[in-house]
Amino acid sequence: MKRWPYILPLVAVLALGGIFAKRMVDIENGTDPSLIPTVLLDTPIPAFDLPPLPNRGEALRSEDLKGQVSLVNFWGSWCIACVSEHPALLAIAKEGDVPIHGVAWRDDPNKSLAWLAQRGDPYATVGQDPDSKTAIAFGVVAAPETFLVDKQGVIRYKQTGPITAADWKNKIKPLIAELKKK
Amino acid sequence: MKKLALFLAALCISSFALAVEPNEMLKDAGLEARAREVSKQLRCVQCQNETIDESHADIARAMRLLVRERITAGDTNDQIIAYMLSRYGDYVLLRPRFMSSTLILWVGPFVLLVLGGLVVVTRIRRGGTEGLALTEEEQKAVAALTELGEGGS
Repeated sequence: MKRWPYILPLVAVLALGGIFAKRMVDIENGTDPSLIPTVLLDTPIPAFDLPPLPNRGEALRSEDLKGQVSLVNFWGSWCIACVSEHPALLAIAKEGDVPIHGVAWRDDPNKSLAWLAQRGDPYATVGQDPDSKTAIAFGVVAAPETFLVDKQGVIRYKQTGPITAADWKNKIKPLIAELKKK
Repeated sequence: MKKLALFLAALCISSFALAVEPNEMLKDAGLEARAREVSKQLRCVQCQNETIDESHADIARAMRLLVRERITAGDTNDQIIAYMLSRYGDYVLLRPRFMSSTLILWVGPFVLLVLGGLVVVTRIRRGGTEGLALTEEEQKAVAALTELGEGGS
């Protein structure tokens, strides 16, 4: 009597478990961004008009983003991962390839300002989004998230989680160079 | 006993007293009911397995407030859900839509059920107890076990 077929269900369950575990780990690590696709990729940025931080420059308006390639970075003084991302943003700002616009998401403006004063300010403009409306319009889940916007105001890339030096060098910077030519 | 019953009743009710704070609620009960209905279909995008109606996450709260604002502004339930879909994709729906990419999800279990049923039916049709009867060796083993059981009692 053949007994091996009885092993099959166990093998099937283990195989499925393995696949699920791998996908979960991939999503967790963000190694496969396609697993949580951005529906907004290659679509125009949503309209917004966000007030500036007190005594700090201009408001951040979707209309103003048109005409040049730019980064839109959702961040908050409450956001721990933003601390680890910050040096990369400062370095990008210093390189001067692209303006970084900050959205101070769900934050006390004074805390946002204090945070920037303490850690350095990479942002060309900062707009406040206290009620998360613009964050939701961008499909933001958790800070930091960063959108690369082309000259026509179309989203061309989305970074979920902190931008690392490697992300900048290998993905974002080459993409900016390409978008600038258009 | 009565106290226990009361306690259990309170426990049941409290599981329905969800994340929606009183100050979030709409004054119009009908509109609020619609807001709850919509909220129960939308996933808290940060917490993965909760609706925005039951999640305490900040983003869920923001989405709840937006749902209520849109309802007050006169949007239909479908319009609000369509908006959230356009921002977050299918992920925002707790109950996946029926479409080509979710076909396996919806149909898979029934296919498996039918396949399993076919296997059972063919087995039964084949009749016969061939392979089902105990071999001599197995009978001995059973006898030994039963004796052991009786001896132990």
